[in-house]
Amino acid sequence: MLSTEEIKAIDAERAHYPTAQAVGIEAMKIVQHHRGWVSDESLREIAEYLGLSVESLDGAATFYNLIFRRPVGKHVILICDSVSCWIMGYEQLREQLQTELKIGLGETTQDGRFTLLPSCCLGACERAPVMVVDQDLHGDLDSEKIGEILAGYE
Amino acid sequence: MNRKPMATPLTQNITPHREPPDLKQYAQAGGYQGLQRAIKTLTPQEVLQEVKESNLRGRGGAGFPTGLKWSFVPRGDDAPRPKYLIANADEMEPGTFKDRLLMEGDPHQLLEGMILASYAIQAEVAYIFLRAEYWLAAQRLKKAIAEAYQVNYLGKNLLGSTFSLELHLHTSAGRYICGEETALLNALEGKRAIPRAKPPYPQVSGLWGQPTVVNNVETLCNVPHIIARGAAWYQNLSRSEDGGTKIYGASGRVKHPGAWELPMGTPIREILEEHAGGMKDGFQLRGFLPGGASTDFLTEEHLEVPMDYDSVQAAGSRLGTGSLIILDDRTCPVDMVRNLEHFFAQESCGWCTPCRDGLPWVEKILLGIEQGQGQPEDLEYLMMHTRLLGPGHTFCAHAPGAMEPLQSALKYFKTDFEQHIHQQRCPFK
Repeated sequence: MLSTEEIKAIDAERAHYPTAQAVGIEAMKIVQHHRGWVSDESLREIAEYLGLSVESLDGAATFYNLIFRRPVGKHVILICDSVSCWIMGYEQLREQLQTELKIGLGETTQDGRFTLLPSCCLGACERAPVMVVDQDLHGDLDSEKIGEILAGYE
Repeated sequence: MNRKPMATPLTQNITPHREPPDLKQYAQAGGYQGLQRAIKTLTPQEVLQEVKESNLRGRGGAGFPTGLKWSFVPRGDDAPRPKYLIANADEMEPGTFKDRLLMEGDPHQLLEGMILASYAIQAEVAYIFLRAEYWLAAQRLKKAIAEAYQVNYLGKNLLGSTFSLELHLHTSAGRYICGEETALLNALEGKRAIPRAKPPYPQVSGLWGQPTVVNNVETLCNVPHIIARGAAWYQNLSRSEDGGTKIYGASGRVKHPGAWELPMGTPIREILEEHAGGMKDGFQLRGFLPGGASTDFLTEEHLEVPMDYDSVQAAGSRLGTGSLIILDDRTCPVDMVRNLEHFFAQESCGWCTPCRDGLPWVEKILLGIEQGQGQPEDLEYLMMHTRLLGPGHTFCAHAPGAMEPLQSALKYFKTDFEQHIHQQRCPFK
């Protein structure tokens, strides 16, 4: 069941669009915000509430990078793998993160603390290499900074 | 060429790492004067005409004349309603970060530009289509939108006129293709962001089948200044035929990566050496992408080229977003192109076969060459793809854009490709 809070947020979004379909993506983001990810059950609940077919909503869900159809960790790391970050040391950064977290790209740490995802250009190329943790942008990264940054997310 | 006096209308209110000006501060700095002037003294047609005369061209990459784009929207009492104006704030072109600077640094400037554009085409509803990861921009835009509603710069009967405008912030869920004009419309409608066939063009049949104009953030940010100070003043900011200033960026191994607002037509050497501080110590310039990931490489021989649409095109590339990505002498050009093609393959929407199947093939060939398994015929396969995925063979410009860095790398860095294949390894490792 969608929570009262989720319904309230979805209804607020409805005011911005003339069709229910247009609210679908935002509704999934709202549910994801509350539950961490969009399960099959969540998807059905949203589709039913908005009067959309589950298939069309899932079609949108699987298209967009930031709708998670599998559980993610408490903190999601988006590491920029695009060209400016790649030139400035993305590969070493990724390897260090993978070693420290003991996971590959797309995976979640055993303790459920972090999920590591690749991201295309985060639009902060002047501070390359960069990554985002939850909603915080971290730039000019080097091997020393990584440990400190990770320690900041319990 | 004579240098014009420096003027930086777009970034004059922006102080990095500081809160952006609120409505009051923006107005004190001269903001919303263009809006006041337009609503009180100009007809929509006169606003459109002023923008046409300014010679403003779209700053999202394609460089289409903005006033001309607006003029395709049906006008008059018989025009279909509602009409829509969309700010394309889905900045995901690798190497590009100018729109972030504008939205985080001066959100009211974008809003004023959007209101003026909406007035010119008589749109009733406007959306900002913002990429998901720009949380700070979202927060600041939301605040600015609320402030603008409070003083009736948005809402019903703006400033006592008959013109009304609702403006909404839409945050995306992430895909590069959402920045493509027609894919953006599908995304905003809640569908998979696949491009639409043109014609009909969005100006006639766009969002929900209604007349729609989609403009890039930087494009719209120019509009308040053109309306407040006139087309002639705006033209005069430029060092080229194209009006105004441009926010140029540079990233890679330069001393001071960043973005700077400079006269349109500033030579590449000046951007690179004076503003970006030249190459980092120990690194030499090998080449650069002048306007983001989907533009052709240029090299040292092009350093005197002025960064405007026609000059960069004459040099064999595109101005694109005006964001230089620098290739240095210690970075493998083959591997750089592999990184670029990985991005394009991953971000293909999959709608048309050449793009969906061709880009992963290109990536695979490049990976093979980079890893020392390249065959001499691979270069022919790559060349073939630059033709088969080029303009006219695919549904939208995604794959042709992906072919630009590849075709130019095969031209300028051919010996690097050949060395990889001949030595069966990457000479840079």
